[in-house]
Amino acid sequence: MNEAVRIERNTRTSHLFAALGLILLFFLIIAPFFLGRSELYLLVEIFSYLALASLWNLLAGYTGLASVGQQAFVGLGGYSLFAVTIFLRLPPILAVLVAGIGAALLAIPTAWVIFRLKGAYFAIGTWVVAEVYRLVFAQVSALGAGSGTSLPTQVVQSIAPTRAARDNLIYWTGLGLVVAVLALIYLILQSRWGLALTAIRDSEPAAESVGVNNYRTKFIIYFLTAGATGSVGALISMQKLRISPEAAFSVNDWTAFVIFIVVIGGIGRMEGPLIGTIVFFLLRGFLADFGPWYFMLLGAFAIIITLTMPKGIAGWLAERFDLDLFPLRRRVRLPKQKSKNLAHSRRHQSSRQ
Amino acid sequence: MDLVATVVDGILLGGLYALFASGLSLIFGVMRLVNIAHGDLIVLASFIALVVTDHFGVHPLVSLVLVVPFMALLGYGLQRGIFNRALDSDILRPVLVSFGVSVFLQNALLQTFSADSRRLQAGNLETLHLDLPGGMAIGVLPCLMFLVALVVIGGLQLLLYHTELGRAFRSVSDDQQTAQLMGINNAHLFGLAMALSLAIVSIAGVFLGIRTNFDPSIGPTRMIFACEAVIIGGLGDLWGTLVGGVILGVAQTLGARINPGYQILAGHLVFLAILTLRPQGFFAKIR
Repeated sequence: MNEAVRIERNTRTSHLFAALGLILLFFLIIAPFFLGRSELYLLVEIFSYLALASLWNLLAGYTGLASVGQQAFVGLGGYSLFAVTIFLRLPPILAVLVAGIGAALLAIPTAWVIFRLKGAYFAIGTWVVAEVYRLVFAQVSALGAGSGTSLPTQVVQSIAPTRAARDNLIYWTGLGLVVAVLALIYLILQSRWGLALTAIRDSEPAAESVGVNNYRTKFIIYFLTAGATGSVGALISMQKLRISPEAAFSVNDWTAFVIFIVVIGGIGRMEGPLIGTIVFFLLRGFLADFGPWYFMLLGAFAIIITLTMPKGIAGWLAERFDLDLFPLRRRVRLPKQKSKNLAHSRRHQSSRQ
Repeated sequence: MDLVATVVDGILLGGLYALFASGLSLIFGVMRLVNIAHGDLIVLASFIALVVTDHFGVHPLVSLVLVVPFMALLGYGLQRGIFNRALDSDILRPVLVSFGVSVFLQNALLQTFSADSRRLQAGNLETLHLDLPGGMAIGVLPCLMFLVALVVIGGLQLLLYHTELGRAFRSVSDDQQTAQLMGINNAHLFGLAMALSLAIVSIAGVFLGIRTNFDPSIGPTRMIFACEAVIIGGLGDLWGTLVGGVILGVAQTLGARINPGYQILAGHLVFLAILTLRPQGFFAKIR
């Protein structure tokens, strides 16, 4: 009798996907032994965008915090890495972690100010804050002011003495970072918190009424996202070995494209950023030579997807083929033969109400 | 005396920012849309004015005869074709769509006009100035911009509070469903609001082009200035938007006086400070 209705999350697809994911991860770990320099560089870029897109998806797609100012934390992370390796002589790989902590700490006063704004004006507020950080770093002459600076040779060599070893180490750091980010998001979403987040996104008063502390929940998610985004920013600047306010705080590179990735892939689903990143890099591979045309196409594509397929490619796949790659959705499984049990359990439920 | 001149400059600059902002304020009031492409549309208007002045050899202010109708038509089309489809209870979709429009426009301008800095040639209007007692001089152009801002905002107020169309705008702003029940065609009305917004954007774009150099990348910063003016003034109040523009303008000129690098930073910081102390702005009508 107690088997009448079961709630489950794992499906055959999600088991298969997990197995494929592990195999892929194994090959990615050993990739430096059979891939060339430029392929590794591209993979780190892909990891960065996948991590940024997944984090923005957690923020906007799950928590309803429509930030267009995440470039603030990419830039802060990048500048923190430069600051702590140049002035404090911290080892660069450790500095990636420290940069994340620095970005998260700066997210506290930032949130305190911009959480006063609601809806679309919250978005503008996040952007203004990012501009403030950009303009401030454009005044710091120790870090090259407006024209930026390169990572000094001795710091570069402290990553690893040879170029090949450096490439590999940066690659593994990137892989470790993206896996950690995805794991963190997965753990948050499949916990009770995940439910609280979607409740806030769907209706703030309703979430509050069932005991969710909206402000605190949003704040913690904003804080965690900022920290992880900062670490990704540090990784990006370590890979480029150069930083400038314009590039580090670029709204197009670190927010517009990230948003397009999430929207095209599917907002509010963990698969979304994964699919979107693949589409983004495929388009880039084919169309990057066309310069502005590529970005016009990307913008138009994002508009069309938002208007016609609000749940993106992942949402379409999930509806059309009932596919969920990550076991996050709770599914009700009814017993196949004993339909009486179902009727009974329904009666049972309604009698309890 | 020097300080007074700086403040006067800032007040007059506020007129330009009010011109940037009043179109944005109008569409936010009517349909709660924050148009992220607003700044890129201002720059588009500057470029169209450039094409018109080059082609017909007319003064930039005369080019408005063509730029205003063109932008208004574009606005109506954009609203009916794209923005109307994105408006719903979810605030994220309009943001995403207007972000897409923004990136599209920036790159379309880049493709068509290259990244070079341009300027609209307005002859001696650029240098004419009035001598005031006490050795002060103020430019005719900034005064003209401020005057035009007053006229535009006054005109919008007249339209909103003394015409049938204005009544329709206000009723849709209050309650879309009920307005529709009373026989108002919301989709058409939103189109008209965006057309009006972009007509104002045309004027702002032409003044922007006369006052400073412009290139395809400067749109987003103008949009931020516009939003700051709207939020400082308080959502939904047009005279408040003018006050917001003036506060922003004065903050920027005072910042620039300390160090040219602080101009824009000072504006943002004053905005954030006001936000912290008075999140609803000074004259908010919409909550």
